[in-house]
Amino acid sequence: MARDDWFGLKSGKARKLARKSADAVPDGLWIKCPKCGEILFNKELEKNLRVCNKCGYHYKLGAMQRIAMTVDEDTFEEIATGLRPGNPLDFPDYEDKLEKDRKTTGLEEAIVVGTAAIGGRRVVIGAADFTFRGGSMGSVYGEKIVQAVEKALDERLPVVLFCCSGGARMQEGILSLMQMAKTSAAIARMSAEKLPYISVLVDPCTAGVHASFASLGDVMIAEPGALIGFAGARVAQQAGVINRPPNFQQAEFQLDNGMVDMVTPRKELRQTLIKILQFCCEDIGNAA
Amino acid sequence: MPPSASNILDFEKPIAELEAEIEDIKRLTAEQGVDRSEEIAILEQHRDRLMEQIFSRLTPWDKTLLARHPRRPYTLDYVRLLFDDYTELHGDRLFTDDKAMIGGLGTFDGRQVMFVGQQKGRDLKERQFRNFGSAKPEGYRKALRLMKLAEKFGRPIIAFVDTPAADCSVGAESRGISEAIARNLMEMSALKVPIIIAILGEGGSGGALGIGVGNSVLMLEYAIYSVIPPEGCAAILWRDPAKAPEAAAALRITAEDALRLGVIDEVVPEPLGGAHRNPDLTARTLKTAILRNLDELCSMTGDELAAQRYQKFRAMGQFLTMPELAEIDAAAG
Ligand SMILES: [Zn+2]
Repeated sequence: MARDDWFGLKSGKARKLARKSADAVPDGLWIKCPKCGEILFNKELEKNLRVCNKCGYHYKLGAMQRIAMTVDEDTFEEIATGLRPGNPLDFPDYEDKLEKDRKTTGLEEAIVVGTAAIGGRRVVIGAADFTFRGGSMGSVYGEKIVQAVEKALDERLPVVLFCCSGGARMQEGILSLMQMAKTSAAIARMSAEKLPYISVLVDPCTAGVHASFASLGDVMIAEPGALIGFAGARVAQQAGVINRPPNFQQAEFQLDNGMVDMVTPRKELRQTLIKILQFCCEDIGNAA
Repeated sequence: MPPSASNILDFEKPIAELEAEIEDIKRLTAEQGVDRSEEIAILEQHRDRLMEQIFSRLTPWDKTLLARHPRRPYTLDYVRLLFDDYTELHGDRLFTDDKAMIGGLGTFDGRQVMFVGQQKGRDLKERQFRNFGSAKPEGYRKALRLMKLAEKFGRPIIAFVDTPAADCSVGAESRGISEAIARNLMEMSALKVPIIIAILGEGGSGGALGIGVGNSVLMLEYAIYSVIPPEGCAAILWRDPAKAPEAAAALRITAEDALRLGVIDEVVPEPLGGAHRNPDLTARTLKTAILRNLDELCSMTGDELAAQRYQKFRAMGQFLTMPELAEIDAAAG
């Protein structure tokens, strides 16, 4: 598959975003796999959907890259735009940090939502981006998810969310915590309307996001090796969590404990989504 | 629990010293039969003034310490003071009975209600028994089971929040602590009976919110409600847990802040000196507030209740939208 094929988006802006919001591919030709130490050609890595061809290590993806890799070519249209975090708590340095992340990622927040087609079926899709404030959920993140769900309710579409987050955004304090309730309540409405919601848990999916909409998918998929869990690493360390199994809080640990339906390699993800959508929605989101 | 060196906060010490002095004089009066009531009255006046002074300028960190005060009344203390009758119900029907999350049938001002809440322990043994008020998945699932029961029989739900955080041990993670909390958030948003939440002490993050989705959310004056403990925030921001007081201020965790940010509906005032100085009075004030909210909510239909709760949480969060952004950009030239 040529690189442009899975880069579905053709518009200049989207291409630029996709490049910018990656978990920064260094400019060099080479990159060393953090898991097995293999030296990988950047070009080869891109072709392999940013998965190490030796050990299967899944690199993080930027939001636009993720969407491009998942949807039918040229079908993504962003919605819920024009929202920007304020600084409701007057939290020290928050505005500067946001400004820096906006510049380095080209994103307005840690999540992008929109409509697209997957295998010819119209869906609402969202993907979070770890490079923007660690994918943390604040007011805008929560609002975008709810607006995405509202779009799905209005047009009777399925929802696919790539859940990536270090947790609730500390700098928006208690307002961030409330996004857990706000997003989960929106998912309840989807459920009541019998509209399918697939959550894909990607590295890392922790804390406030894991303990809200990410864990409410009708079907839950995890990417191999993804860190998935309630307590963020630092919180767990502070709380002195003991007797951790070696794969504690990894996708495979969550699978063993019955907390996700499957651990699916990136290469098979799109086809898996198409299959699940086919089961969940005989006549929901069909292009016809 | 009587006051002792180990359960008096630093800023309470001047008050405690004056009170010890008053006690001494009272004892001497009893022993020697000398009337020193005038002197006592002056000292008591002095104490009250001092207390007003101290409590009028509490920092967010002082309030954090009050919320965690070892003598602060806990959930069961209020249950005893507020309910005419209480029958505890146990277990999640799936795994076990979580002692950090309690619940049961209550009679509240002559009405049948379902009660759920986190329970902390007073002494070391009890603290361990209650897992320091940190519930595991089975606690949240028990709470949900009881709330569903309330919905089934059309009874209102009263939930008391007092937890440092949900349990994050390997066991809790293995049994899906995230899923348990997420499910509660989802299910509570749609329940068709009145839900009244009262945050009594520590409103610790997802662990608190896991039973915190209500039509009315009340909060005691010196309770805190936070996305992360101040110590944790300080460790992340400044790599120094000792900077917790600064973090407590930055995070806006007081009841006053929560009200201003639209996260709670009402601050329930505490007696001068905090709830632990007069649990009876605190309970009476809380009861009045709950009753008023209950009366309002009981006039609504199930659908109206679910819709009101949904809209309330739907509206939470603060951000800038396009017109505001355009203005900012224009101003920036
Ligand atoms: Zn590798």
